[in-house]
Amino acid sequence: MSEAVLEIRNLGINFGGLKAVQHVDITVNKNEIYGLIGPNGAGKTTIFNMLTGVYKPTEGNFALFGEDLTGKSQRYICRSGIARTFQNIRLFNNMSVIRNVMVGLNDDPQLKCSVFSSMFRLPTHFKTEKAMRQKAKDILAIFDLLEERNNLSCNLPYGKQRKLEIARALATSPKLLLLDEPAAGMNPNETAELMETIRKIRDMFDITVLLIEHDMKFVSGICDRLTVLNFGTVLAEGTTEEALNDPEVIRAYIGG
Amino acid sequence: MTFGDITKKLKSVKWSHYIAYIVIIVFTVICMLSGNLKRTDIYLLEKIGISIILAVSLNFIVGFLGELSLGHAGFMCIGAYLGGKVSSMLVGSMGNGILTLIISVIVGGIFAALAGFVIGLPALRLKGDYLAIVTLAFGQIALIIFQNSNYETFGGAFGLDTPRYDYNSLYIIIFVFAIITIAAFQNVIRSKHGRAITAIRDNEIAAKATGVPVTQYKLFTFVMAAFFAGVAGVLYSYTQSKVQCTHFDYNYSIEILVMVVLGGMGSLNGSIAAAALITFLNEKLATVLTGNLAVLQNIFYSLVLILIVIYSNAPAFKNIREKYNFKKFKSLIMRKRDPGYISDDEGSWDRIPTKIKMDELLSVDISVQSDKDGSTSDSTGGDENE
Repeated sequence: MSEAVLEIRNLGINFGGLKAVQHVDITVNKNEIYGLIGPNGAGKTTIFNMLTGVYKPTEGNFALFGEDLTGKSQRYICRSGIARTFQNIRLFNNMSVIRNVMVGLNDDPQLKCSVFSSMFRLPTHFKTEKAMRQKAKDILAIFDLLEERNNLSCNLPYGKQRKLEIARALATSPKLLLLDEPAAGMNPNETAELMETIRKIRDMFDITVLLIEHDMKFVSGICDRLTVLNFGTVLAEGTTEEALNDPEVIRAYIGG
Repeated sequence: MTFGDITKKLKSVKWSHYIAYIVIIVFTVICMLSGNLKRTDIYLLEKIGISIILAVSLNFIVGFLGELSLGHAGFMCIGAYLGGKVSSMLVGSMGNGILTLIISVIVGGIFAALAGFVIGLPALRLKGDYLAIVTLAFGQIALIIFQNSNYETFGGAFGLDTPRYDYNSLYIIIFVFAIITIAAFQNVIRSKHGRAITAIRDNEIAAKATGVPVTQYKLFTFVMAAFFAGVAGVLYSYTQSKVQCTHFDYNYSIEILVMVVLGGMGSLNGSIAAAALITFLNEKLATVLTGNLAVLQNIFYSLVLILIVIYSNAPAFKNIREKYNFKKFKSLIMRKRDPGYISDDEGSWDRIPTKIKMDELLSVDISVQSDKDGSTSDSTGGDENE
């Protein structure tokens, strides 16, 4: 396929003596939907945390479009174009839906506005506020959340909260979107809808998606390629079909 | 522009945005017109104005950033001493005019802001109770430094002599500063920066992951709040002929915090109302209960606080609360609205949905996420009507 977006080389992290993740190599190509699966405790979310700068990897490195981002701050990584969602939804609960998305636009280089122009209500303030609100509305419209934009985000039903989290991540205009179990707790209808949405935003925003998921129907339905992790190491990788039919993978999941 | 246009424009103005300004301006004008205020009344007005500045600025840290600061009186102390020193130095050359006052207010504010920067640095590493302890200690340090200072520089234990501004107009100046303070905080809060700061409070991990520069915003919050606390300090120094550092002990920090908590964390208008109410109560009790009854002062004051907190927060009083509700009264004059709804269209910032609870504020949430239900159902505010 085309150029590599994310290149992970020999990534690893130790927590004290525990080697949570080691020797992970993943290459994600442009516009791919790449799955990261594995049993509980395999280190999937740990990899996400390293990719977003929450944890500093103790070995190896990763690069986005050739730029090495290992050990950079969360904000720098976010600006460089990696955005994520969380396994357990982390919205700004006391804020309205639209404001959640607008926080994602906070760091947008086109929507700069100093504290002083806000404090003294200079024209830049009104201009950026208006542009931000419009941009947030555009993003919410994609996720069918426009009607709910003035509700508190914690009052949304679960499926919509998941969507809002993705919308907020998209607001940071990422090149690579990391989704941590986006379909968790969703019913089959919502899952199908979510698959559509993920494909839609991939085409619309020209992004690449790396996702963690346990729902195999979802994974086989949407992912182009997979990496299967077990005990912090890569167990198998390849196209979805190959990886899911790998005897090692079946053993890790089912046992035996 | 026709008359119709004007009325249309007036109707489109969200008056609730400006309610704090309107009330303060009207109140000040009434006081001005009434003339011949007693000295105690003037003193009360001055204190109310200063309390408003303090409560609003502390609410920025506690209610919007979500960090507990117990050192607000310390910032005020720095402002009072340094601003007071500057004003007493300038009085000789520039006279005791408005210019001297403005310069000393700015200088005092800047020094307090510097202190806020210094105290903000640990704030980036500490959270919740731990930060509260650090700020508490800071307040005490500031106090002790001035208490043990040279007699020539800051007056030491004797207190610093400061010029007293004209009795009849100082309270007006203080209220002008209060309005400036409210406007500054309101404008920042109702902007992308305020949104980012509330986002940090709501979920710091998510805010970081969303690219919010958490460090800068935390520092900024402390610096800005400290600046205005310093301003309040300078104004306080003008109301006194002698600034005594004992006034700025931690009890005073707690008193400011009480105003913020009573008024509702995350509600500027609430802080203003609570600041006025508590200061009024304090002063009036001191004048009413004199002599042998002076002992009752603190008891009565504490009792009122307990009653207010029980009324506004205890679950057992939910029915009473709903029966005699301010919101009910409000809905008579204003459009009715779904309680979970926040009008946010086209630049209208009607209500900042930010009532948070003390236990939320003190909980240190680093990685665990089990509070989903607890925090969501409660934190939409006491105004939910199921």
